[in-house]
Amino acid sequence: MNIIVCVKHVPETAEAEIKINPEGTAIEKTGLVFDINEWDDYALEEAVQIKEKFGGSVTAITVGPEDADSTLRKCLARGADNAIRLTDPKFNGSDSYAIAKILHKAIKDLPFDIVLTGALAGDDGYTAVGPILAEHLEVPHATMIKKIELSGDTARVNRELEGGLEEVVEIKLPAVLSIQTGINEPRYVSIMGIRKAMQKETKILGLADLGLSENEVGEAGSWITIEKVYVPPVEKQAEFLKGSAEDIATKIAELLKARGLV
Amino acid sequence: MKEIFVLAEHRRGQIRDITFEMLTKGLELAKEINTTLTTVLLGKDMKEQAEKLSQYSNKVLVIDDAKLENFNSEAYQRLLSHLITERKPILLMLGHTSYGIDLAPSLATSLNIPLATDCIDLKLENEKLTITRQMYGGKVNANGILRKAESYIVTIRQAAFQAKKGLSMNGEISQLPSILKEEMIEKRFIEFVLPPPGGVDITAADVLVGIGRGIKDENEIPSVEELAKTLGGVLACSRPIVDKGWLPNTRQVGSSGKTVKPKLYIALGISGAFQHVLGMKNSDLIIAVNKDPNAPIFGVADFGIVEDLFKIVPSLKSKIIELKAQK
Repeated sequence: MNIIVCVKHVPETAEAEIKINPEGTAIEKTGLVFDINEWDDYALEEAVQIKEKFGGSVTAITVGPEDADSTLRKCLARGADNAIRLTDPKFNGSDSYAIAKILHKAIKDLPFDIVLTGALAGDDGYTAVGPILAEHLEVPHATMIKKIELSGDTARVNRELEGGLEEVVEIKLPAVLSIQTGINEPRYVSIMGIRKAMQKETKILGLADLGLSENEVGEAGSWITIEKVYVPPVEKQAEFLKGSAEDIATKIAELLKARGLV
Repeated sequence: MKEIFVLAEHRRGQIRDITFEMLTKGLELAKEINTTLTTVLLGKDMKEQAEKLSQYSNKVLVIDDAKLENFNSEAYQRLLSHLITERKPILLMLGHTSYGIDLAPSLATSLNIPLATDCIDLKLENEKLTITRQMYGGKVNANGILRKAESYIVTIRQAAFQAKKGLSMNGEISQLPSILKEEMIEKRFIEFVLPPPGGVDITAADVLVGIGRGIKDENEIPSVEELAKTLGGVLACSRPIVDKGWLPNTRQVGSSGKTVKPKLYIALGISGAFQHVLGMKNSDLIIAVNKDPNAPIFGVADFGIVEDLFKIVPSLKSKIIELKAQK
């Protein structure tokens, strides 16, 4: 099985305080910690587990600037055999549609049985790269995947639906599968693994190498142009309880008592 | 003006709520631009559903085919491509759900129609579409404009619009022939997998203590569970806790888990991404503890505490025990 896994280098924002830039066009990235997108982390693990079971190779691929090399190194340390970074200043402002086009140009001539992506990225959350890429590659796709079973040229996958329900779908390979979190347990990266990965090379390709033109990428090649970002207006704001932990605990206890909850 | 399409979403015979949410917004947009609203219903034996949807739209286009008994993005894409090419609607709305996510991006790509996913608001003006969607797990809103085109496709976030009930528009129902000749070859629906039965029923609890990403280690869970027990409640959680395998998915609150409405919901270290909020926002009393003062959870909580949850949990537990002892 030759597996290609598409990964994205994103800021960790789940627990960080976010600030918007003065122009109101993006968030301030300084001070944020960047890492592999959480969904892609599971996709990478799934790729490595498939390779371990069936043999073959895993190629990690990303679109991003030099900083994204640390995410590729993590992939190599965790079991990917090759890494490719697609980069060009012209790629800035690309939405999921443009990103998928860029990925397509790099992947179309590589041998693959499965392309894995995360179901979505924690930054822009378009939830679209996988199926767009599949359409360009002219192969089938399935999204929100919680389980993969391979036999011959078909994959039997569990898709996560709403309310705890799943559906089982059979899909012909080669295919693009978008992975939901929780499908597996991403392995720990050892220092040794990272050191070894440092010796592996990352292939770097730009606009011209990929045979792309300027108007196919960036804002020009995207479906959406983001004009403004802002903190969501709150319809209602919690009443904040302040003071020492002791004070706060007392206030909550009183509140619960007053409502007959204790 | 060209019509607006809403793709009806249904599963196991039931029309899903998102459909009526989209129809409500779709009708509002149709009135604004002086056009009509058309529901597209693909399925098997959809007579009753078509009747119901006709009360919420000007037209219902029904394709009835045994091959459409269960959702299949390959079959849906073929039928919708055909319909869109023929009728050229200005807008097609789908749910940002497991079905819409599987269908919209490849459909839009194949037809070369601009797509915006997970929209929480949209506006059509002079055939230009502007949208609002969220980024960074709901911490930021983004306004965007789509590349000018003849048609647009959007996926709509669940519960972004409130569905109006009880309309009686008596829209016209048209049956269209299915162009699906043979079974789907690339993709085949096999079966549904129901969540495992048994375990704790979090939907029946009066008090829930929900834990999220703020819990860094499985060993931290017992102390929080003790707080839940002290309050006579049970432990619930957001997605990351289930992903790590620390609690079973029967404890998960949110769009891919359960919807709960306890008398008290204490959210500990939960940022409040919409998927979680969808499942707990109607709780009677919500208290949230989070280190990030801008965490979206504080937009739904009644009371908020900006603090490390592990500073609050022990103090609160002993206060409650004290209070109970006084009785």
